[in-house]
Amino acid sequence: MIARPKHQRLVLVVLALLAVLGAVLLAMWGLKDRAAYFYTPADVVAGKAVAGKAVRLGGMVERGSVKRDRDGVTTRFMVEDGEARVLVSYRGILPDLFREGSGVVAEGKLAPDQTFVADNILAKHDERYMPPELGNQAAEHKVGRTLKR
Amino acid sequence: MHRFANPARFLKFARPATGWLLAIGLLLTAAGLIGGLTLTPPDYLQGETVRIMYVHVPAAWLGMAGWAGIAGASIAQLVWRHPLAAVGGRALAPAGATFAAICLLTGSIWGRPTWGTWWEWDGRLTSMLILFFLYLGYIALAGAERERGGEGRIAALFGLIGAINLPIIHYSVLWWRTLHQGQSIGVSGSSIDSSILWPLPLAALGFTCLFGAAVLMRMRAELAEAKVEARMRRAAAE
Repeated sequence: MIARPKHQRLVLVVLALLAVLGAVLLAMWGLKDRAAYFYTPADVVAGKAVAGKAVRLGGMVERGSVKRDRDGVTTRFMVEDGEARVLVSYRGILPDLFREGSGVVAEGKLAPDQTFVADNILAKHDERYMPPELGNQAAEHKVGRTLKR
Repeated sequence: MHRFANPARFLKFARPATGWLLAIGLLLTAAGLIGGLTLTPPDYLQGETVRIMYVHVPAAWLGMAGWAGIAGASIAQLVWRHPLAAVGGRALAPAGATFAAICLLTGSIWGRPTWGTWWEWDGRLTSMLILFFLYLGYIALAGAERERGGEGRIAALFGLIGAINLPIIHYSVLWWRTLHQGQSIGVSGSSIDSSILWPLPLAALGFTCLFGAAVLMRMRAELAEAKVEARMRRAAAE
Protein backbone atom coordinates (compact mmCIF):
# COMPACT_ATOMS: atom_id res chain seq x y z
CA MET A 1 0.00 0.00 0.00
CA ILE A 2 1.32 3.37 -0.95
CA ALA A 3 0.89 5.92 1.83
CA ARG A 4 -0.65 8.94 0.21
CA PRO A 5 -0.05 12.29 1.95
CA LYS A 6 -3.79 12.52 2.66
CA HIS A 7 -3.70 9.22 4.55
CA GLN A 8 -0.54 10.11 6.40
CA ARG A 9 -2.15 13.32 7.60
CA LEU A 10 -5.29 11.45 8.64
CA VAL A 11 -3.32 8.95 10.66
CA LEU A 12 -1.29 11.76 12.21
CA VAL A 13 -4.39 13.74 13.20
CA VAL A 14 -6.14 10.69 14.65
CA LEU A 15 -3.03 9.70 16.63
CA ALA A 16 -2.61 13.25 17.92
CA LEU A 17 -6.26 13.42 18.95
CA LEU A 18 -6.09 10.06 20.76
CA ALA A 19 -2.91 11.09 22.56
CA VAL A 20 -4.35 14.42 23.66
CA LEU A 21 -7.64 12.85 24.71
CA GLY A 22 -5.84 10.21 26.73
CA ALA A 23 -3.66 12.83 28.39
CA VAL A 24 -6.68 14.96 29.31
CA LEU A 25 -8.71 12.10 30.74
CA LEU A 26 -5.71 10.87 32.74
CA ALA A 27 -5.03 14.39 34.02
CA MET A 28 -8.67 14.87 34.97
CA TRP A 29 -8.69 11.56 36.79
CA GLY A 30 -5.45 12.46 38.55
CA LEU A 31 -6.73 15.88 39.53
CA LYS A 32 -9.91 14.43 41.03
CA ASP A 33 -9.05 15.45 44.58
CA ARG A 34 -7.50 18.81 43.74
CA ALA A 35 -10.23 19.92 41.37
CA ALA A 36 -12.96 19.04 43.87
CA TYR A 37 -15.03 22.04 44.73
CA PHE A 38 -15.60 20.98 48.33
CA TYR A 39 -14.55 18.50 51.00
CA THR A 40 -17.01 15.85 52.14
CA PRO A 41 -17.67 15.21 55.84
CA ALA A 42 -15.68 11.97 55.47
CA ASP A 43 -12.68 14.02 54.26
CA VAL A 44 -13.01 16.34 57.25
CA VAL A 45 -13.24 13.48 59.75
CA ALA A 46 -10.20 11.88 58.09
CA GLY A 47 -8.32 15.13 58.72
CA LYS A 48 -7.92 16.21 55.09
CA ALA A 49 -9.24 19.72 55.83
CA VAL A 50 -6.74 21.71 57.88
CA ALA A 51 -8.30 23.55 60.84
CA GLY A 52 -8.23 27.34 60.46
CA LYS A 53 -7.83 27.26 56.67
CA ALA A 54 -10.67 28.54 54.45
CA VAL A 55 -12.31 25.52 52.82
CA ARG A 56 -15.69 24.37 51.55
CA LEU A 57 -17.67 21.53 53.02
CA GLY A 58 -20.37 19.84 50.95
CA GLY A 59 -22.95 17.20 51.79
CA MET A 60 -26.54 16.62 52.77
CA VAL A 61 -28.24 18.51 55.57
CA GLU A 62 -29.14 15.78 58.03
CA ARG A 63 -32.85 15.47 58.67
CA GLY A 64 -34.00 16.87 61.99
CA SER A 65 -30.61 18.39 62.74
CA VAL A 66 -31.33 22.05 61.92
CA LYS A 67 -31.50 24.14 65.07
CA ARG A 68 -31.71 27.86 65.47
CA ASP A 69 -29.88 29.58 68.31
CA ARG A 70 -31.59 31.96 70.72
CA ASP A 71 -30.04 34.98 68.99
CA GLY A 72 -32.26 34.21 65.98
CA VAL A 73 -29.53 34.49 63.34
CA THR A 74 -27.25 31.55 64.09
CA THR A 75 -28.19 28.17 62.64
CA ARG A 76 -26.60 24.86 63.53
CA PHE A 77 -27.00 21.69 61.51
CA MET A 78 -25.24 18.46 60.68
CA VAL A 79 -23.83 17.86 57.21
CA GLU A 80 -23.53 14.19 56.36
CA ASP A 81 -22.46 12.09 53.38
CA GLY A 82 -23.56 8.63 54.51
CA GLU A 83 -20.13 7.93 56.04
CA ALA A 84 -19.52 10.78 58.44
CA ARG A 85 -21.17 13.89 59.82
CA VAL A 86 -19.87 17.33 60.73
CA LEU A 87 -21.57 20.04 62.78
CA VAL A 88 -21.86 23.35 60.95
CA SER A 89 -22.71 26.67 62.54
CA TYR A 90 -23.67 29.62 60.39
CA ARG A 91 -24.60 33.19 61.27
CA GLY A 92 -26.67 34.81 58.53
CA ILE A 93 -29.49 34.35 56.08
CA LEU A 94 -29.85 30.88 54.57
CA PRO A 95 -30.63 30.49 50.84
CA ASP A 96 -34.23 29.68 49.90
CA LEU A 97 -33.37 26.19 48.74
CA PHE A 98 -31.70 25.24 52.01
CA ARG A 99 -33.69 22.17 53.15
CA GLU A 100 -33.19 19.25 55.46
CA GLY A 101 -32.20 16.23 53.40
CA SER A 102 -30.99 18.46 50.58
CA GLY A 103 -27.50 19.25 49.30
CA VAL A 104 -25.51 22.13 50.74
CA VAL A 105 -22.05 23.66 50.35
CA ALA A 106 -20.71 25.63 53.31
CA GLU A 107 -17.77 28.00 52.93
CA GLY A 108 -15.78 28.70 56.06
CA LYS A 109 -13.23 27.29 58.45
CA LEU A 110 -12.92 24.24 60.59
CA ALA A 111 -12.67 25.24 64.25
CA PRO A 112 -10.27 23.30 66.54
CA ASP A 113 -13.27 21.58 68.16
CA GLN A 114 -14.17 20.07 64.76
CA THR A 115 -17.24 22.25 64.22
CA PHE A 116 -17.33 23.95 60.86
CA VAL A 117 -17.87 27.70 61.17
CA ALA A 118 -19.42 28.81 57.89
CA ASP A 119 -19.43 32.37 56.61
CA ASN A 120 -21.42 31.52 53.49
CA ILE A 121 -23.95 28.81 52.66
CA LEU A 122 -24.79 27.71 49.12
CA ALA A 123 -27.68 25.39 48.38
CA LYS A 124 -26.74 22.57 46.05
CA HIS A 125 -29.39 21.40 43.67
CA ASP A 126 -29.33 17.82 42.43
CA GLU A 127 -30.10 16.47 38.98
CA ARG A 128 -33.68 15.43 39.79
CA TYR A 129 -36.44 17.70 38.54
CA MET A 130 -40.09 16.97 39.25
CA PRO A 131 -43.44 18.64 39.82
CA PRO A 132 -44.36 19.55 43.43
CA GLU A 133 -46.80 16.70 44.10
CA LEU A 134 -44.23 14.06 43.01
CA GLY A 135 -41.27 15.84 44.53
CA ASN A 136 -42.61 16.09 48.03
CA GLN A 137 -43.23 12.34 48.17
CA ALA A 138 -39.88 11.46 46.69
CA ALA A 139 -38.00 13.83 48.94
CA GLU A 140 -39.23 11.85 51.92
CA HIS A 141 -37.16 8.76 51.25
CA LYS A 142 -34.69 9.42 48.46
CA VAL A 143 -31.24 10.88 48.84
CA GLY A 144 -29.80 12.47 45.72
CA ARG A 145 -27.04 10.69 43.84
CA THR A 146 -25.24 14.02 43.98
CA LEU A 147 -23.41 13.04 47.10
CA LYS A 148 -22.01 9.73 46.08
CA ARG A 149 -19.38 11.33 43.89
CA MET B 1 -18.61 15.64 1.73
CA HIS B 2 -16.33 16.01 -1.26
CA ARG B 3 -19.42 16.68 -3.31
CA PHE B 4 -19.40 20.11 -1.67
CA ALA B 5 -15.80 20.83 -2.59
CA ASN B 6 -17.39 22.84 -5.36
CA PRO B 7 -18.86 26.00 -3.77
CA ALA B 8 -21.52 26.28 -6.49
CA ARG B 9 -22.83 22.84 -5.56
CA PHE B 10 -22.75 23.74 -1.88
CA LEU B 11 -24.71 26.95 -2.52
CA LYS B 12 -27.34 25.04 -4.46
CA PHE B 13 -28.00 23.08 -1.28
CA ALA B 14 -27.38 25.88 1.22
CA ARG B 15 -29.72 28.48 -0.26
CA PRO B 16 -33.00 26.59 0.25
CA ALA B 17 -31.71 24.86 3.41
CA THR B 18 -31.23 28.22 5.17
CA GLY B 19 -34.87 29.18 4.77
CA TRP B 20 -36.17 25.77 5.83
CA LEU B 21 -33.95 25.62 8.90
CA LEU B 22 -34.97 29.13 9.89
CA ALA B 23 -38.70 28.39 9.55
CA ILE B 24 -38.61 25.01 11.31
CA GLY B 25 -36.28 26.41 13.97
CA LEU B 26 -38.57 29.33 14.78
CA LEU B 27 -41.61 27.03 14.97
CA LEU B 28 -39.94 24.45 17.23
CA THR B 29 -38.36 27.13 19.44
CA ALA B 30 -41.73 28.84 19.85
CA ALA B 31 -43.40 25.53 20.69
CA GLY B 32 -40.67 24.59 23.18
CA LEU B 33 -40.62 27.97 24.89
CA ILE B 34 -44.41 28.35 25.08
CA GLY B 35 -44.61 24.83 26.49
CA GLY B 36 -41.75 25.42 28.90
CA LEU B 37 -42.86 28.83 30.09
CA THR B 38 -46.59 28.23 30.45
CA LEU B 39 -47.63 24.57 30.32
CA THR B 40 -45.18 22.65 32.50
CA PRO B 41 -45.45 22.52 36.29
CA PRO B 42 -42.83 24.25 38.46
CA ASP B 43 -40.13 22.14 40.14
CA TYR B 44 -40.75 20.96 43.71
CA LEU B 45 -37.60 22.70 45.00
CA GLN B 46 -36.62 25.36 42.48
CA GLY B 47 -40.13 26.60 41.77
CA GLU B 48 -40.47 28.70 38.63
CA THR B 49 -36.72 29.19 38.10
CA VAL B 50 -36.62 25.68 36.62
CA ARG B 51 -37.93 27.23 33.38
CA ILE B 52 -34.50 28.76 32.68
CA MET B 53 -33.50 25.19 31.82
CA TYR B 54 -35.39 25.33 28.50
CA VAL B 55 -32.94 27.98 27.29
CA HIS B 56 -29.87 27.09 29.35
CA VAL B 57 -29.56 23.40 28.46
CA PRO B 58 -29.98 23.73 24.65
CA ALA B 59 -27.57 26.69 24.73
CA ALA B 60 -25.00 24.60 26.61
CA TRP B 61 -25.36 21.70 24.16
CA LEU B 62 -25.00 23.99 21.16
CA GLY B 63 -22.06 25.81 22.70
CA MET B 64 -20.30 22.45 22.89
CA ALA B 65 -21.67 21.17 19.56
CA GLY B 66 -20.33 24.33 17.89
CA TRP B 67 -16.79 23.47 18.96
CA ALA B 68 -17.27 19.84 17.97
CA GLY B 69 -18.18 21.22 14.54
CA ILE B 70 -15.07 23.40 14.52
CA ALA B 71 -12.99 20.34 15.38
CA GLY B 72 -14.60 18.42 12.52
CA ALA B 73 -13.96 21.29 10.12
CA SER B 74 -10.37 21.45 11.38
CA ILE B 75 -9.82 17.78 10.56
CA ALA B 76 -11.36 18.29 7.10
CA GLN B 77 -9.02 21.25 6.64
CA LEU B 78 -5.85 19.55 7.88
CA VAL B 79 -6.38 16.14 6.29
CA TRP B 80 -8.32 16.72 3.06
CA ARG B 81 -7.66 20.46 2.59
CA HIS B 82 -11.38 20.76 1.96
CA PRO B 83 -12.01 24.22 0.45
CA LEU B 84 -15.09 24.88 2.56
CA ALA B 85 -13.64 23.67 5.87
CA ALA B 86 -12.05 26.98 6.88
CA VAL B 87 -15.18 28.86 5.80
CA GLY B 88 -17.27 26.51 7.90
CA GLY B 89 -15.02 26.88 10.94
CA ARG B 90 -15.16 30.67 10.75
CA ALA B 91 -18.97 30.53 10.40
CA LEU B 92 -19.42 28.15 13.34
CA ALA B 93 -17.38 30.16 15.83
CA PRO B 94 -19.60 33.25 16.38
CA ALA B 95 -22.75 31.10 16.60
CA GLY B 96 -21.12 28.76 19.10
CA ALA B 97 -19.73 31.68 21.11
CA THR B 98 -23.20 33.23 21.27
CA PHE B 99 -24.76 30.05 22.64
CA ALA B 100 -21.91 29.57 25.12
CA ALA B 101 -22.51 33.12 26.33
CA ILE B 102 -26.27 32.48 26.61
CA CYS B 103 -25.48 29.35 28.62
CA LEU B 104 -23.20 31.27 31.00
CA LEU B 105 -25.64 34.17 31.45
CA THR B 106 -28.75 32.04 32.01
CA GLY B 107 -26.77 29.76 34.32
CA SER B 108 -25.71 32.75 36.37
CA ILE B 109 -29.30 34.04 36.57
CA TRP B 110 -30.43 30.56 37.67
CA GLY B 111 -27.61 30.18 40.15
CA ARG B 112 -28.46 33.29 42.13
CA PRO B 113 -31.89 32.11 43.40
CA THR B 114 -30.99 28.41 43.45
CA TRP B 115 -27.49 28.23 44.89
CA GLY B 116 -27.36 31.71 46.35
CA THR B 117 -24.49 32.92 44.16
CA TRP B 118 -24.05 34.40 40.68
CA TRP B 119 -20.77 32.69 40.03
CA GLU B 120 -18.53 30.08 41.63
CA TRP B 121 -15.24 28.72 40.30
CA ASP B 122 -16.28 25.10 40.23
CA GLY B 123 -15.21 22.62 37.54
CA ARG B 124 -18.25 22.91 35.28
CA LEU B 125 -18.62 26.69 35.38
CA THR B 126 -14.92 27.31 34.86
CA SER B 127 -14.55 24.87 31.95
CA MET B 128 -17.60 26.41 30.25
CA LEU B 129 -16.13 29.91 30.66
CA ILE B 130 -12.90 28.62 29.11
CA LEU B 131 -14.91 27.33 26.15
CA PHE B 132 -16.28 30.84 25.64
CA PHE B 133 -12.76 32.32 25.76
CA LEU B 134 -11.55 29.65 23.30
CA TYR B 135 -14.25 30.80 20.89
CA LEU B 136 -13.06 34.41 21.18
CA GLY B 137 -9.49 33.28 20.58
CA TYR B 138 -10.51 31.20 17.58
CA ILE B 139 -12.50 34.07 16.05
CA ALA B 140 -9.54 36.44 16.41
CA LEU B 141 -7.00 33.91 15.12
CA ALA B 142 -9.07 32.69 12.16
CA GLY B 143 -9.95 36.26 11.18
CA ALA B 144 -6.33 37.40 11.34
CA GLU B 145 -5.14 34.37 9.37
CA ARG B 146 -7.72 34.97 6.67
CA GLU B 147 -6.75 38.61 6.34
CA ARG B 148 -3.16 37.61 5.70
CA GLY B 149 -4.30 35.25 2.98
CA GLY B 150 -3.63 32.05 4.92
CA GLU B 151 -5.44 28.79 4.25
CA GLY B 152 -6.68 28.48 7.80
CA ARG B 153 -4.27 25.79 8.94
CA ILE B 154 -3.23 27.58 12.11
CA ALA B 155 -6.84 28.17 13.08
CA ALA B 156 -7.54 24.50 12.32
CA LEU B 157 -4.77 23.41 14.69
CA PHE B 158 -6.21 25.68 17.37
CA GLY B 159 -9.69 24.27 16.73
CA LEU B 160 -8.41 20.73 17.08
CA ILE B 161 -6.41 21.35 20.27
CA GLY B 162 -9.27 23.38 21.77
CA ALA B 163 -11.52 20.34 21.45
CA ILE B 164 -9.83 18.81 24.49
CA ASN B 165 -12.00 21.15 26.53
CA LEU B 166 -15.15 19.26 25.48
CA PRO B 167 -14.47 16.07 27.48
CA ILE B 168 -13.40 18.27 30.39
CA ILE B 169 -16.78 20.04 30.36
CA HIS B 170 -18.64 16.76 30.02
CA TYR B 171 -16.80 14.83 32.72
CA SER B 172 -16.36 17.76 35.10
CA VAL B 173 -19.62 17.01 36.91
CA LEU B 174 -19.12 13.25 36.75
CA TRP B 175 -15.56 12.97 38.03
CA TRP B 176 -15.10 16.09 40.08
CA ARG B 177 -17.14 17.30 43.00
CA THR B 178 -18.80 20.43 41.69
CA LEU B 179 -21.49 22.85 42.79
CA HIS B 180 -23.19 22.26 39.45
CA GLN B 181 -25.47 19.24 39.59
CA GLY B 182 -24.61 16.05 37.76
CA GLN B 183 -26.04 15.31 34.37
CA SER B 184 -29.80 14.76 34.30
CA ILE B 185 -30.08 13.32 30.82
CA GLY B 186 -27.86 10.40 29.91
CA VAL B 187 -27.99 7.30 27.77
CA SER B 188 -29.83 5.41 30.51
CA GLY B 189 -32.65 7.94 30.71
CA SER B 190 -33.45 11.15 32.49
CA SER B 191 -33.89 12.16 36.11
CA ILE B 192 -36.16 15.00 35.02
CA ASP B 193 -39.82 14.08 35.36
CA SER B 194 -41.48 13.73 31.94
CA SER B 195 -44.07 16.41 32.76
CA ILE B 196 -41.20 18.93 33.05
CA LEU B 197 -38.95 17.40 30.40
CA TRP B 198 -41.10 17.36 27.24
CA PRO B 199 -40.54 20.95 25.98
CA LEU B 200 -36.76 20.55 26.30
CA PRO B 201 -36.20 18.43 23.16
CA LEU B 202 -38.46 20.79 21.20
CA ALA B 203 -36.47 23.83 22.29
CA ALA B 204 -33.16 22.00 21.73
CA LEU B 205 -34.13 20.96 18.21
CA GLY B 206 -35.44 24.45 17.44
CA PHE B 207 -32.25 26.11 18.69
CA THR B 208 -30.21 23.63 16.65
CA CYS B 209 -32.09 24.56 13.45
CA LEU B 210 -31.57 28.27 14.16
CA PHE B 211 -27.90 27.57 14.81
CA GLY B 212 -27.64 25.73 11.48
CA ALA B 213 -29.39 28.56 9.65
CA ALA B 214 -27.01 31.14 11.15
CA VAL B 215 -23.98 29.07 10.15
CA LEU B 216 -25.22 28.58 6.57
CA MET B 217 -25.95 32.31 6.27
CA ARG B 218 -22.43 33.19 7.37
CA MET B 219 -20.88 30.65 5.01
CA ARG B 220 -22.92 31.99 2.10
CA ALA B 221 -21.99 35.56 3.00
CA GLU B 222 -18.29 34.70 3.06
CA LEU B 223 -18.46 32.85 -0.26
CA ALA B 224 -20.29 35.81 -1.82
CA GLU B 225 -17.67 38.16 -0.43
CA ALA B 226 -14.86 36.07 -1.90
CA LYS B 227 -16.64 36.10 -5.27
CA VAL B 228 -16.96 39.89 -5.21
CA GLU B 229 -13.31 40.27 -4.27
CA ALA B 230 -12.21 37.98 -7.09
CA ARG B 231 -14.36 39.86 -9.59
CA MET B 232 -12.98 43.22 -8.47
CA ARG B 233 -9.43 41.95 -8.73
CA ARG B 234 -10.10 40.75 -12.25
CA ALA B 235 -11.69 44.09 -13.16
CA ALA B 236 -8.70 45.97 -11.76
CA ALA B 237 -6.29 43.81 -13.77
CA GLU B 238 -8.04 44.49 -17.06
